[in-house]
Amino acid sequence: MSNKKTFFEPFVHNNPVTVQILGICSTLAVTTQLKPSLVMGIAVTVIIVFSNLIISLIRNMIPKKIRIIVEMIIIATMVILVDQILRAYLFDVSKQLSVFVGLIITNCIVLGRLEGFALINKAVPSILDGLGNGIGYSLILVAVGAFREIFGSGTLLGFSVIPQSLYNAGYENNGLLVLAPGAFFLLGLIVWFQRAITKQYEEE
Amino acid sequence: MLEMFSLGIKSVFVENILLAYFLGMCSFLAVSKKVTTAIGLGFAVVFVMAITTPVNWLVHEYLLKAGALSWLSPKFVEVDLSFLNYIAFIAVIAAMVQIAEMAIEKISMKLYTALGIFLPLITVNCAILGVSLFMIERKYTLGQSTVFGVSSGIGWMLAIMAMAAIREKLKYSNIPKPLRGLGITMLLTGLIAMAFMTFSGINI
Repeated sequence: MSNKKTFFEPFVHNNPVTVQILGICSTLAVTTQLKPSLVMGIAVTVIIVFSNLIISLIRNMIPKKIRIIVEMIIIATMVILVDQILRAYLFDVSKQLSVFVGLIITNCIVLGRLEGFALINKAVPSILDGLGNGIGYSLILVAVGAFREIFGSGTLLGFSVIPQSLYNAGYENNGLLVLAPGAFFLLGLIVWFQRAITKQYEEE
Repeated sequence: MLEMFSLGIKSVFVENILLAYFLGMCSFLAVSKKVTTAIGLGFAVVFVMAITTPVNWLVHEYLLKAGALSWLSPKFVEVDLSFLNYIAFIAVIAAMVQIAEMAIEKISMKLYTALGIFLPLITVNCAILGVSLFMIERKYTLGQSTVFGVSSGIGWMLAIMAMAAIREKLKYSNIPKPLRGLGITMLLTGLIAMAFMTFSGINI
């Protein structure tokens, strides 16, 4: 596979969330607002890129049997670094994300890319693969986050975007979108929309 | 006692780990195609959660928390290792899963073959790590953490069993092609989450 394809494939056609079905937990949990979604997207991208790079560099030294534990330790170390940086510079967002920063360790995207790509590929393609998948994940996160914030609480990045005149005319924020079921429905609809366009169907 | 009971009911129904916090979505989506495997995985998750949550509590309380090492020597009062939480927890979980696997293999070969590959996969089930992280964040006691771990596991099992039963029936319905697979599953999960929301507001 060419480098360009490795990088662009995960944006839509092999999107980690909607096609590979990885990392759904955080996609739903942190997306009530746009800002935590953005931060989460960047954090996961950084973690995938660096753990992909490290694993791909030492891939020939890892014994097959204990590779999962080696991978988990590398991911956990990256997550601790990112968590400490978030706490130092973006404390309010870090509080909002709460346990979900730690849960990047068990985010299946990271482990999935390590197992599926970095273990069998050289460093440069691994970095591109990590970057592509991180961006693909962030795209979904930002889309869901923006939609839920605009229609769920009428704001975007904290600024109100729905004019007061609409509220006076009887418009109301859709409270369901902020709650858990709204997230499930929204992701289901995004998947439906995407597959209707790309025509990649899943047979049950 | 009553307090414990109410915490248990709360974490099974009102704040279901899967439907309200979206934890453990990956294995929920992947393994909910057949009821029998779903039940097997459900029991394995309850089992592992029941062991790892109290063990992680002890690790946090006596090794990692700020000042936790003071039982060794008064010199260590200022040592705060809580940034190592993630790595310690994931190591405990991986080890416990390994031990559980060996124990089950010795005790009941039948259950072992029934669980098959799902047992090692529990390590990366974010619900398990999530429960440990929530218990630290909410400052539970040892007793509360154990109840919280067991009942979260039961809640997760209920959700995956319900989903598997619905998906078995779903085979006979005519779903629009792009919606098949992930799409319809997300919409259904949303509906189940809405049903579980009716439990909220119940005070015991």
